[in-house]
Amino acid sequence: MTGVVINRVRGGFYMDSVALMRFSRTIVSLDGVEDAALMMGTPANKEIMENAGLLASDGVTAEAGDLLIGVRTTDQAAGDAALVEIDRLLDQPSRSAGEGESWSPRTIRAAVQAYPSSNFALISVPGDFAAAEARKALRRGLHVMIFSDNVAIEDEVSLKQEARERGLLMMGPDCGTAIINGTPIAFANNVRRGGVGIVGASGTGIQEVSCLISRRGGGISQAIGVGGRDLKQEVGGISTLMALDALDVDPATDHIVVISKPPAAEVATTVIARAEACTKPVTICFIGGDARPSSGNVTYANTLKSAAEAARGGRAFGFFSFVESALPSGRHRVRGLYSGGTLAAEAQIVFLQSDLSVASNVPVPGALSLSDAEDAHVFLDLGDDDYTRGRPHPMIDPAVRFEPLAEALHDPAVGIILVDVVIGHGAHPDPAGQLVDMISATAGDNRPVIIASVTGTDEDPQSHAAQVSILRNAGVIVAPSNADAALAALNVLGESSG
Amino acid sequence: MAKESKITDLLAADLTVINVGLEGFAIDLHAQNVDVVHVDWSPPAGGNVKLAALLSKLGS
Amino acid sequence: MLAADPVLVDVIPASVAIPDLGDRMILHAGPPIDWPRMCGPMRGAIAGIAVFEGWADDLETAEQMAADGAFTFAPNHHYDAVGPMTGMTTISQPLMVVENRAFGNRAYCAINEGLGKVMRFGGNDAEVLARLGWLRDVLGPAMGTALRDMGGIELKPLIARGLSMGDEMHQRNVACSGLVLRALAPVMAKTSRDTAALAEALGFIGANDQFHLNIAMAMGKAIMDPVRNIEGSTVVTAMSRNGTDFGIRVSGTGDQWFIAPVEMPQGLYFAGFTEQDANPDMGDSTIVETIGLGGFAMGASPAVAGFVGAGSAADAALFTRTMGEIAVGENPEWTIPALDYLGVPTGIDIRLVVETGIAPTINTGIAHREPGIGQVGAGVVKAPMACFEQALVGIAKELGIE
Repeated sequence: MTGVVINRVRGGFYMDSVALMRFSRTIVSLDGVEDAALMMGTPANKEIMENAGLLASDGVTAEAGDLLIGVRTTDQAAGDAALVEIDRLLDQPSRSAGEGESWSPRTIRAAVQAYPSSNFALISVPGDFAAAEARKALRRGLHVMIFSDNVAIEDEVSLKQEARERGLLMMGPDCGTAIINGTPIAFANNVRRGGVGIVGASGTGIQEVSCLISRRGGGISQAIGVGGRDLKQEVGGISTLMALDALDVDPATDHIVVISKPPAAEVATTVIARAEACTKPVTICFIGGDARPSSGNVTYANTLKSAAEAARGGRAFGFFSFVESALPSGRHRVRGLYSGGTLAAEAQIVFLQSDLSVASNVPVPGALSLSDAEDAHVFLDLGDDDYTRGRPHPMIDPAVRFEPLAEALHDPAVGIILVDVVIGHGAHPDPAGQLVDMISATAGDNRPVIIASVTGTDEDPQSHAAQVSILRNAGVIVAPSNADAALAALNVLGESSG
Repeated sequence: MAKESKITDLLAADLTVINVGLEGFAIDLHAQNVDVVHVDWSPPAGGNVKLAALLSKLGS
Repeated sequence: MLAADPVLVDVIPASVAIPDLGDRMILHAGPPIDWPRMCGPMRGAIAGIAVFEGWADDLETAEQMAADGAFTFAPNHHYDAVGPMTGMTTISQPLMVVENRAFGNRAYCAINEGLGKVMRFGGNDAEVLARLGWLRDVLGPAMGTALRDMGGIELKPLIARGLSMGDEMHQRNVACSGLVLRALAPVMAKTSRDTAALAEALGFIGANDQFHLNIAMAMGKAIMDPVRNIEGSTVVTAMSRNGTDFGIRVSGTGDQWFIAPVEMPQGLYFAGFTEQDANPDMGDSTIVETIGLGGFAMGASPAVAGFVGAGSAADAALFTRTMGEIAVGENPEWTIPALDYLGVPTGIDIRLVVETGIAPTINTGIAHREPGIGQVGAGVVKAPMACFEQALVGIAKELGIE
């Protein structure tokens, strides 16, 4: 790779990873800058930067607690100018500075001292540091939610054991969604208050189920996220079981929904046993899991939509009727581009239930991996680690969906594109608008049929109704749920084959 | 039972959140009128892994 | 620390206070240091005190003797004493005595000479030595008599009042100095036999805004000394500089010094002086921050914030809150009204310093690098992080932790 590569290291410097990525983009747009990245100096990040041709000898010694800056420019002058701009951006006074600058605590310890009534810690520092911070919070009697991922599983286990001993809630690591006593936290939606209590090892799973229930006249009492790995063998479902205990006695909850990928067998047994011992009806949604008959107070649903229906008393939400579109001639493959991993999983299940061949970077049981894809319909979870190394998660920055979308629009075999649009707290202010812009920027004539669903409510800042409207005006078919979107795709496929 | 009650209390409580990490979360919670304090965090011991390990053993 | 009960009880000659202090022994501020590494003002002061004590006929001889190793140098801290700036302590110096009645220990500090050309800034001419002689022969004994007569002055309540009057006890002592004069004057008048000498003595104290600094320093030492040698304790028991090195001591590692080069203060300079004139950080006065005053109590002293170039009055509170992040607790007896009666941050914990990367903030005077010129400014300086990192490794070793 040609170009001048310059590194700078700022020791012990922390800045919000979202802010860092924004700065990176600003720097890349400067004259003469080919590429740039600002990342914490973890081994994984250094590898990413090396692969991107952004790591020089100066940067190799950066440690996990240092900020590593890498810039590749056409010449030294452009590089120096870029560094000046980077310093300017990094040294800007923070939001809280100003006249009579108000004091921000620098540690959890000082924060608790200053605000002794604190009861909850939300932790989103880089994964290498998250466990230590979570422990500090637990030891000060706070319930904890860890948004960070890349936390060692041993740490997750010991944190959850300690939380259990202390009688505190440990949500996560890798927990992006919660609603506690009506307050949405991190990536969550403004849903109606009601009697359904959700325990979820999946953030977008919680979002889809809570929004479907809310839009259908029901409401949510609590949504407790437990982190993506809670139901793995090593963790044993500690947080799920604690959440079940709590919801079983929560006066505001009259129906419990559990959402997860299929757990390890032993853990599944334990969770089911606890569910059966609950005093309230429980719907268990092990997405893509084996069909199971109801027993006692426990019903099973293997899609998010059917879980929401079960929580609403088992009444089906009805069919989605729409003006059918014809497949463009000669194109009959489906490409799903998802920001929510669970939504990608649900779509795969809908297709598998119709005996179609499906491949994915996160294949559910019965689906193929990408390397074996051949003629299968492909469903991509763009939020998976492979895609988010060194890049923002698509829910934070929908722009990362642009390339896969452009590729799909121009792929001569693709006839239908499926997308999820997730709104609510934490999400982009206008994901539908962004998507529409991306489509019109790249789509040619004879473009694939585009089918979407919007996960959200009218009470969300972006407004479900408004987002649907924007998509429909651009010719996108909008289904009332993620599962319905997949079914609609099946319909279109069926239409065209006669 | 005392332990169950802490989580039960939380599920009925007004949250007072300590936010450590992405400031966007604190801003969003604040906009919802939730009591939140954002911690101006930086890696312990300036990122020095050896010292941080010592610190955790010294019960910091 | 909070159980301490410091009382200014007496003024006595150093030879009486410190029996181990002998002929040609010179105690200085800061951690141990030898002649070749000493800064200009320190050398000037040593030469001056040697002449004062009659160990050399003149300054040049004194310097030569020092270079030849004729004197024994040691830190004040090794002999229950402290001293500001150069901190010279020798056998005939009158030392103020603060007794910590809760634990029975005593600490000593010489009487503050005033501003301008004084030995603590390296001054050593006839005027400086004459003043030292006056302190030894007139003011010291007069203060001692008065203090013994009145049973001493309790210092904790005095500090509490001073905090509410805008003092932080390092760069701003004017209120406390006034309170001391108020307490002493009637008794000195009662015990004095010479009106003229009394007038001179009271006038001297009254003209010196920083008179109380040395009392605060002795108090600091008296408070911290009983905190030494507690097994496994990570609390800082002393911070001190000699114009070249900054040293700290930590309770769990006893008398071991953890040393790093001093940092340069960031501050404001008096008219006619700039950074080029500044001497590196010096003095035992950081014992004041060690007990939660000075830079730690800046929230009580918004005026100091401007004086030391720390920012606006509102910024003063920020310093105190930030120091709270590295302290074990708050002192409920020394509170800051403007911060809702927040107690001053007390008990610097090296673990918190290293973890947060926040080094103790010190309000300090800045001396001229040439001996004898005096104070050229005031500023904020940080204790070097390296001292605390070394101390952390030191205490881990002490506890057998790798």
